[in-house]
Amino acid sequence: MSALDPREELAQRLGLLHVPPVRFNSPAELREKLAEHDYLSDDAIASVTFLADRLAKPILVEGPAGTGKTALAKAVADSIGARLIRLQCYEGLDESKALYEWNYRKQLLRIQAGRPEGAAEEWSRLEDDIFAEEFLLTRPLLEAITATDPVVLLIDEVDRVELETEALLLEILSEYQVSIPELGTVKAKQIPMVFLTSNNTRELSEALKRRCLYLYIGYPDVQRERDIILSRVPGISSALAEQIAQVVRSLRSLDLKKAPSVSETLDWARTLVVLGREEIGAEDAAATLHILLKYQSDIERATKELLGRSKPFA
Amino acid sequence: MSEHVDAARAMEVIDLSDRSLVKSSLAATLVKDGDHMPVFSTAFEVFFSTRSAQSVEDMLNEENGEDADSARDGAAGASGPGQARGEGGGASSSMSAQELADLLFRALRDGNRQALRQAANEAVTRYAGMEPGRPVGGTYYLYRTLRNLELEKLEERLSQVTTSGEAPEDSLGERLARDEAHARVEMLKAEIEREIRERLVEDRGAEALAKSVRKPLPEDLDVMHANRDEMAQLERALRPLSRKLAVRLARRRRRRHRGPVDLRHTVRRSLSTGGVPIDLRFKPPRPAKPEIIVIADISGSVASFARFTLHLVHAISSQFSKVRSFVFVDGLDEVSRLFEGVDDSAEAVARINVEADVIAFDGHSDYGRAFLSFHDRFADQITKRSTILILGDARNNYHQAHAEVIADLRYRAKAVYWLNPEPTSYWNSGDSIVNQYAPYCDKVIECRTLRQLEAFVGELA
Repeated sequence: MSALDPREELAQRLGLLHVPPVRFNSPAELREKLAEHDYLSDDAIASVTFLADRLAKPILVEGPAGTGKTALAKAVADSIGARLIRLQCYEGLDESKALYEWNYRKQLLRIQAGRPEGAAEEWSRLEDDIFAEEFLLTRPLLEAITATDPVVLLIDEVDRVELETEALLLEILSEYQVSIPELGTVKAKQIPMVFLTSNNTRELSEALKRRCLYLYIGYPDVQRERDIILSRVPGISSALAEQIAQVVRSLRSLDLKKAPSVSETLDWARTLVVLGREEIGAEDAAATLHILLKYQSDIERATKELLGRSKPFA
Repeated sequence: MSEHVDAARAMEVIDLSDRSLVKSSLAATLVKDGDHMPVFSTAFEVFFSTRSAQSVEDMLNEENGEDADSARDGAAGASGPGQARGEGGGASSSMSAQELADLLFRALRDGNRQALRQAANEAVTRYAGMEPGRPVGGTYYLYRTLRNLELEKLEERLSQVTTSGEAPEDSLGERLARDEAHARVEMLKAEIEREIRERLVEDRGAEALAKSVRKPLPEDLDVMHANRDEMAQLERALRPLSRKLAVRLARRRRRRHRGPVDLRHTVRRSLSTGGVPIDLRFKPPRPAKPEIIVIADISGSVASFARFTLHLVHAISSQFSKVRSFVFVDGLDEVSRLFEGVDDSAEAVARINVEADVIAFDGHSDYGRAFLSFHDRFADQITKRSTILILGDARNNYHQAHAEVIADLRYRAKAVYWLNPEPTSYWNSGDSIVNQYAPYCDKVIECRTLRQLEAFVGELA
């Protein structure tokens, strides 16, 4: 048998009636659509997202905090008009929070409601009954699988869960299905787009990485950052945006505890617009540096290096 | 294996004539770690050189038995495309040094990619002095080209003008201009490096070149033999490494098995179940945090290794009840105070070299004397909770070993570990006397790379 297109193959395995159409025809189209929703991508972002859709594979997005990993998933969801289902990971996340849980209160009610008839043969029927989908509380992963409307699944900060919990995700990532012991296997009714983000606080397991496409989003270069500022901050002049991007690049080249992220850059740009500045002088920079930097030692170092002063603005 | 399949599938569905799309698709399917990206990038440039079409032709020529000719072809090819592509200047090879400098300057000032590429091409032709067939990785050619271009001057000149003609008003403006100039010069460097690599691919073929440009990851670099660039890489790798280690250890500690049954709490809980203790309550675990004592040789050869270890140990000092560090060459000095109240241990490590008083006589390491001095002053502070780490290559310059001191420390302490940054095969050769100390240490460990160091420190906590 000749190799099938990955989407066709997956659709066949899931028993879908027809192969879901691809969402984007080319990386260029994808880029345009994202730009319409105020997300400026670059070559790598566009091509990997395009591939993920085309190959029906999840994307693992890594990079420093605040570079637009989560925003990418949101923008993709917006651009294809899909609902975003988000699973925020944290230490101690387990099956009942991520996949599904039996609604035992409802099960109890059902058992009690069935009792008055009292017949013994009722029991086996009842047993089948209480483990039905009706008594299942869906959690984000199962919800994404069973949804019939278009969805984008975002598994945020996957590096926060323990190594063992990662295993929960594997089945859904590679097979797009969830096995529930009492119920059998629930297969996806469509092929959702899946994004995983990680801040890289620990190594993810090989098994997880193998199942995903990998995308690294680093800090943008000056041109791209300027464009991001221009598209996200209304009423800013392009000269100011350029200058902001340059200051931020200089800050990132310093050896700081926490380099300013894109979202902090945007906050700073908005502040300067509110203050009615057309360009940044050393005074303004010193007075507003705390928006970009979150450690006193960083602020001191930046003031010294960038503004040539020993004390931060008092 | 499944990664290969993914990569192949990706190639089926994308437009293969789009080079950057091919690159990011291969990266997405084959590389699963951000730190590996630069390595992948180099490999991609080598194997998918924009001029490899020509090298395929060369290969065909070779197959036709024109071995001798093809070498000459390769040489011609190396300078050929320079003229073919430098459209603006047909006479570009006769450009004077001044003209080239101006061309570079203009290209950089206007941020003109096309002109920059052309200028880089010209610079390589002129200065690199590439000899076809030499099995080198290109670092040497790069160095030669860059030296001749006098980039510092260029950068200086650029920083005067990049701010759109106006003179910078204040310190911030100046700094921005400088950084901008620097970024542009970096762009030029990258362009020149690419140019050299492409010519090398053309000359010797991708396979051969790939062998000479294969670089280890920062974690796997040999700390003792790192050159300056590699050292900078290591410094950069260390911070995220120590942060990751700290997170991992803190997590492990929190999840470690629970403590003993908390009777009071359990009984209190059992009241709601009629006195039957269904729900057992446990006390939180009380982890035994070890006390770490680092004794490090900071004489020339092993200094960098000691610095990394000190940095790493102090970066995760919250995992230990106490960290004390001592450094020595032939005298010994405590440097713990440098780390106190400093939230950036890299800074403290940098101060050690200046502030520590470690030279008693001639400045050649003397392990025996240092250990004796440690024993005299601090032995009574070593308890069963202390773990002693000794860092050094045990190259004692033929001084006395005084191994009995280590024996006594071992008796007082919980454990004594020796980390040696030399490969095991060098131990006990020349003036290395690891073997005299080894019997009194719990373990002597070869520790040459950051990865090994991280693994060891992780186990310690």
